Amino acid sequence: MEFFFQLMVQGLSVGFLYALAALGFVMIFKSSSVLNFAHGELLAIGAFIFLVFSVRLNLPIPIAFIFTLAGTFALGFIIERLFLRPLIGEALIEVIMLTVGLAAMFKGLLLVIFGGNLFNYPDFLPKGLTIQWGAVVIQPVYVASFIIGIIFLSVFGFFFKYSSQGIYMRSVADNQPAALSLGVHVRRVFALSWAIASLVCALSGIILGIMNGINVHDISVMGLKVFPVVILGGLESIGGAIIGGLIIGLLETFTGGYVSTSLKEVIPFVVLVFILLVKPYGLFGLVEIERV
Amino acid sequence: MRKLRFHPCGNYKESYEEELSIFTTDFGRLWTGIGLILLFVVIPAISNPYLLYVINHIGIAAIAAIGLNILIGYTGQISLGHGAFFGVGAYGAAILSTAVGFPFWLSVIGAGVITALVGMVFGIPSARLKHLYLTIATLAGQFILQYLFVSWESLTGGPMGIMLPRATLLGFDVKGDRSFYYVIFVCFVIMTWIAVNLMRTRYGRAFIAIRDNDRAAEGMGIPIFRYKLLSFAISSFYAGFAGGLAAFYIGSITPEPYTLMLSIEYIAMIIIGGLGSIPGSVFGAIFITSLNEILSHTTQFFMNIGVLTKVALTIAPLREFIFGLAIVLFIIFEPRGLAEVWRIIKSSFKLWPFSY
Repeated sequence: MEFFFQLMVQGLSVGFLYALAALGFVMIFKSSSVLNFAHGELLAIGAFIFLVFSVRLNLPIPIAFIFTLAGTFALGFIIERLFLRPLIGEALIEVIMLTVGLAAMFKGLLLVIFGGNLFNYPDFLPKGLTIQWGAVVIQPVYVASFIIGIIFLSVFGFFFKYSSQGIYMRSVADNQPAALSLGVHVRRVFALSWAIASLVCALSGIILGIMNGINVHDISVMGLKVFPVVILGGLESIGGAIIGGLIIGLLETFTGGYVSTSLKEVIPFVVLVFILLVKPYGLFGLVEIERV
Repeated sequence: MRKLRFHPCGNYKESYEEELSIFTTDFGRLWTGIGLILLFVVIPAISNPYLLYVINHIGIAAIAAIGLNILIGYTGQISLGHGAFFGVGAYGAAILSTAVGFPFWLSVIGAGVITALVGMVFGIPSARLKHLYLTIATLAGQFILQYLFVSWESLTGGPMGIMLPRATLLGFDVKGDRSFYYVIFVCFVIMTWIAVNLMRTRYGRAFIAIRDNDRAAEGMGIPIFRYKLLSFAISSFYAGFAGGLAAFYIGSITPEPYTLMLSIEYIAMIIIGGLGSIPGSVFGAIFITSLNEILSHTTQFFMNIGVLTKVALTIAPLREFIFGLAIVLFIIFEPRGLAEVWRIIKSSFKLWPFSY
């Protein structure tokens, strides 16, 4: 039973990690219906920018944090301007291929600059965040990520539901030509959604970095683990991403604990194929109805 | 003897058959003949073994790229799993030739068939959903297959891999680069011929209709799911066939090469070469394989100069960067790829000096 609880806590924390990683992905999908295959690389870029500011330049943590967020926000704009703007109005297949290319590009660039080594942030989270509950100890990182996750969930939930920009974003994702003809500024929506998504990615990337250390390969693999999570939760649903993340995390650690450690890495993808066959829109996704 | 046909100054086609014909002029036939002579007589005669080795790899990659182009370029379904499917072909050929004892030719074709079946399993989700989901399903396929290559040790030999027996064809030993050159390129010509002609049949036209507008295609009575799955199976067959050839050519297989990076390499080939163009797939295969060779030579060159060993280690990941950059630049600036560049060059020759 002890083992079971240990696995459960571990699973939930891994799951939270996945959920966090999935948030930025859902952001981009919700606002432009682009499957971003460069997601893991965006996470890694955020984590490395923070590393440069906090460790290499030795800035105080809050300032480094703010600089990182501003930097990645700008980076999102630049990515959109350079690579995605020329493709507005093109077929979706080309945009998706473009993100595949961007992924390879960013990963290569990060490897050239930083190499494949493992880096660590200085320990800066206050110890007061630790929660002790019987034999189970929850590290401050997880508490912090939980708080950030809740904030994300509510802020973006409200953003998409009530703010005009959020509604523009959803309209663009749903039907680009129709949104254009109704006077939605599609270019601005795209730019903004990539900027916000890149910022969200940076946040998740930093938390991933605090938890596991920063390594280009590990973090970019996380970008692919996002797919089972969002398919399980439903591609458009932020809440679904969190629940999907928790389920996948639990499943992974329980498989690792009780069945075999090597199976652990693929079980999310097995689930993914199964879900695509059984309930393709996921738990909370919108069921697409096509009318001609 | 009938009159030679030359390029008319205008469109004088009167029937659908004429529109579909591969050679509109007799010049096309002439060039194809010259190309075949170059391929089978001149190139093997003038190439050194290293060049032949590179060209063989180009031939294998071209077969797989043509298959992937049938899926992505003609049917509009993205697959991120072709690296693993290539691996399934390689393992299929190895297992059929060692454990089952099939001869060379039968195990390569068997490898293609096995891969087609495996590909269809991952193509099933396309029944219910549009292209985005198929892409994700093939991504999952990539990881699941990679896991199976390593972990299903009784079948695949795990990380140790499998040694393949010597290939024999029609009583001859196929060994060395030169004899493999003929085998690979005869297969290449046959597979290209099949692909070109497939696109002129009702199946090919159905694929193109699905790519252009799947709802309209369904409205015109094309059973979308069946054709998508068929396209997936054909494409996987090509990948598996190429994988089988590669396995025999290299002589032994291990699970390492068949990663997501290989899938991305194949996608890069067809984007750079030209989506929906069979010559384009070949151009892409030439481009990427040569790029690979050039980059690995550059790395080795720097590695051997003592002072620059460190530089060499840092530029090794540049390979990935350059692939990504090539994909991105081609999508933005020349979405139809090298095939379109080639067409522009050809037509500017043809129209000179009155091009407009």
